[in-house]
Amino acid sequence: MLRIKVSDRATTTGLRSFMTNIASLVAGLCAIGLIFVACGVNPFYAISKIFMGSFGSMYGFKETVTKAIPLIIIGGGLTLAFRSRFWNIGAEGQLLMGAIFSTWVGLAWGPNLPSWAIVPLMFAAGFLGGALWGLIPAILKIRFSINEVISTLMLNYICAEFMTLLIVGPWKGRSRFGFPGTDNLPESAILGVISGSRIHYVTLILALVFAVILAVVVYKTRFGYEVRVIGENPDAGRYAGINFFKTSLIVMAVSGGMAGIAGVGEVAGIHHYLTYPASISSGYGFTAIIVAWLAKLNPLYAVVSGLFFAGILVGGDAIQISLGLPAATVQIVNGTLLVFLIMGDFFFKNKITIRWGK
Amino acid sequence: MRKIKKLEMRGISKSFQGNPANRDINLTVNSGEILGLLGENGAGKTTLMNILYGLYQPDSGQILINDEEVRLTSPLDSIHHGIGMVHQHFMLVQNHSVLENIALGYEKTPFFFPKIRIRDKVVEFARRFNFAMDPTMKIWQLSAGEQQRVEIIKALLNGADLLILDEPTSVLTPQEIEDLFHILKDMKAQGHMVIIITHKLDEIMDICDRVTVIQKGTVVGSADTATMDKRSLARMMIGREVLFNAEREQLPKGDTVLKVDGITVKGDKGTPVVKNMSFEVYENEIFGVAGVAGNGQRELGEAITGIRAIETGRVEVKGVDTTNMSPRRIYDAGLSHIPEERIRFGIAPGLFLYDNSILKQHHLKKFSKKLFLEYSQIRDHAKSLVESYRVSTHSIDVQTKNLSGGNIQKLILGREISEKPPLLVASHPTYGLDVGATEYLREELLTRRREGGAILLFSEDLEEVMKLCDRIAVMFEGEFVGVLDSGDPRLADIGLMMAGSLRL
Ligand SMILES: Nc1ncnc2c1ncn2[C@@H]1O[C@H](COP(=O)(O)OP(=O)(O)OP(=O)(O)O)[C@@H](O)[C@H]1O
Ligand SMILES: [Mg+2]
Repeated sequence: MLRIKVSDRATTTGLRSFMTNIASLVAGLCAIGLIFVACGVNPFYAISKIFMGSFGSMYGFKETVTKAIPLIIIGGGLTLAFRSRFWNIGAEGQLLMGAIFSTWVGLAWGPNLPSWAIVPLMFAAGFLGGALWGLIPAILKIRFSINEVISTLMLNYICAEFMTLLIVGPWKGRSRFGFPGTDNLPESAILGVISGSRIHYVTLILALVFAVILAVVVYKTRFGYEVRVIGENPDAGRYAGINFFKTSLIVMAVSGGMAGIAGVGEVAGIHHYLTYPASISSGYGFTAIIVAWLAKLNPLYAVVSGLFFAGILVGGDAIQISLGLPAATVQIVNGTLLVFLIMGDFFFKNKITIRWGK
Repeated sequence: MRKIKKLEMRGISKSFQGNPANRDINLTVNSGEILGLLGENGAGKTTLMNILYGLYQPDSGQILINDEEVRLTSPLDSIHHGIGMVHQHFMLVQNHSVLENIALGYEKTPFFFPKIRIRDKVVEFARRFNFAMDPTMKIWQLSAGEQQRVEIIKALLNGADLLILDEPTSVLTPQEIEDLFHILKDMKAQGHMVIIITHKLDEIMDICDRVTVIQKGTVVGSADTATMDKRSLARMMIGREVLFNAEREQLPKGDTVLKVDGITVKGDKGTPVVKNMSFEVYENEIFGVAGVAGNGQRELGEAITGIRAIETGRVEVKGVDTTNMSPRRIYDAGLSHIPEERIRFGIAPGLFLYDNSILKQHHLKKFSKKLFLEYSQIRDHAKSLVESYRVSTHSIDVQTKNLSGGNIQKLILGREISEKPPLLVASHPTYGLDVGATEYLREELLTRRREGGAILLFSEDLEEVMKLCDRIAVMFEGEFVGVLDSGDPRLADIGLMMAGSLRL
């Protein structure tokens, strides 16, 4: 009979962690290759096309960076939440809430304010929106022990429906001729881009700055220490008198707020008006979960893993068109990679012995 | 038919990241023999036994069973060869019954109706070794000693001829230890062999036929216990004699440091386990709480230190009302705490040693400036703790979970005592410490007392309580059945009081 034994790995090293990630990605790509074969597509061609599409050309690379911006910001915020064992699945809703808040500010005050005033205001509003939306599940969890996975997930749908309601109802723009969507943001409220691309650099800079700040916070500050202790052993956190309520509130305010900032970037940098939730964010809040995971919950690594997954989004779009694959291709690729990363993590933490015997 | 008649480990070496934990170790056990394994904290005892149980692979060396070399690459291999191990931290599923747990760990458990079909077997085993046990009880309802018996049955049911016990007695009450030793003697009479790790020299003398002493990863001696006494054992182990006679001089009674006024505390099962209790602890005093485990000591300690809610009543530390305050506030009011479940509460296992050296103190001025932690200070602090409390580790940049059990304990002790708190609440502080470290810790406690500190000591070790404490309270079913001065002749009846049959 086949016997499989799982036991804790006694020692782990940074190098092994890195190698495990690489191996998981390679294994994941192999599995994706099999899916392509099943669809009747040459897997080597398709996978190389994905990476050529995203990193192989200047146009593709610019698109990749554009899509990496929200992934890096949200992923960074999620590393903090996940590290404190707060399973925030609601970044998508927090992003949308940030978009709603900043649109309101942009439309209401934009016409009368110069760029240097309105842009920071919109970012602040976006952060606030995302943070508030993130605080709800934090309060529900600590005060009423409501599982945050469920509450954050459900709040996504509530926010998306709310946003739809706004754009077909009270916020419907006069310039839209009856189509859903708000009016365009005034010129001063629109983010500048690097010429010849859609890269709204203000948000990009914010993303990188946030990554560095978060890394410093986690590894150098008292607050970060408390988050790490809770993440390692909540009982020790209790023993050390760490205030779980306060810590969860801060963690979720930051995590939600950063998702909100990504929402500002999407509205003010890409679309320039508020439209359907599915157009504002193509699931960035969910993809960012994988980004944070691949980054091993280190906000600096999230910059790299954010770029990687943006590449898959862009490359996936490319092959979808050129190879005539279904629209779900990108999700399948992402999902497969996540499953393999999590499996890799399992093999990293545990030792498996398999053998024949009686 | 016994599978193992003789077991031999030859030239076993094992290093972790270049740091040797075992060096060229030789060890032999014969059937019907109980071997004691003795050595300082971090000497490499657990590592050696984990190798024998197939958890670690040795870097070099051989394991021979009946003079034939075997390779043990996983615990499953070891179980097949008739080796069983009871770890220091039990590996039972708390919400399952005894039977279910045994069925889980039993190799030949049938797929259908596992519980019904192995029940008879379990009952028969329990009878053969005189275990009193109800197989339908849930694990969380059992005391540490009973849980240990479940672990032992699990091992025996899998056909273990060699049973390894890693510090089996540190969590047991004296009565439970006696029961365990009975079981071991029965096993021995039936031809089993046992390897037992313990820091208590009395136990070695009491139960073991032979003893092997390990020091810094190498065997420094092996002897028949019949030819040894406690002194020579200690000398073999740490190279000198242990004094065992720390002097407790008379000190004047100081001010009240801890005042507990009529508190009631609920246990995990929701029923009150500390009932309307009141007492005070003064400066220059060690106040001991003795009693059989499970009479509310743990809950009392947790309530005073802020980990568990107080239902009614009031606690004051140095005049400050600390009832149901956060543990950090209570710490700031002057209370340090050595928790009973130290792996669960005392450390964050994945963080580095230096991170753990400031748990609960990270908000102090000397370790953080404004929002930032001062890592250079923290590292210095960790280094000085490691040095003065003799935590054996090759660096402070190791994950705390890689320290040996006793060294984790030393780290926590050092962290909590070195701040010189006005009040120290210590639950079984010497648990898991080697004799040298135990002696050192006791002196350290007496020093705190001399400096004006108050100490609330929970312990099941009567010898320790008698030696250290100025006053001794005996706890039974959530109440003190007596509070006695250390010189009181009625202490002779402490056993009766602990059993609840005498109340003063
Ligand atoms: N997984 C590991 N990774 C790195 N070092 C380890 C690991 N396990 C043990 N060590 C080191 O090996 C040495 C021996 O540890 P071991 O647990 O065998 O000691 P011990 O004799 O059981 O001590 P104690 O009486 O305190 O339980 C210690 O210095 C410990 O830090
Ligand atoms: Mg040990």
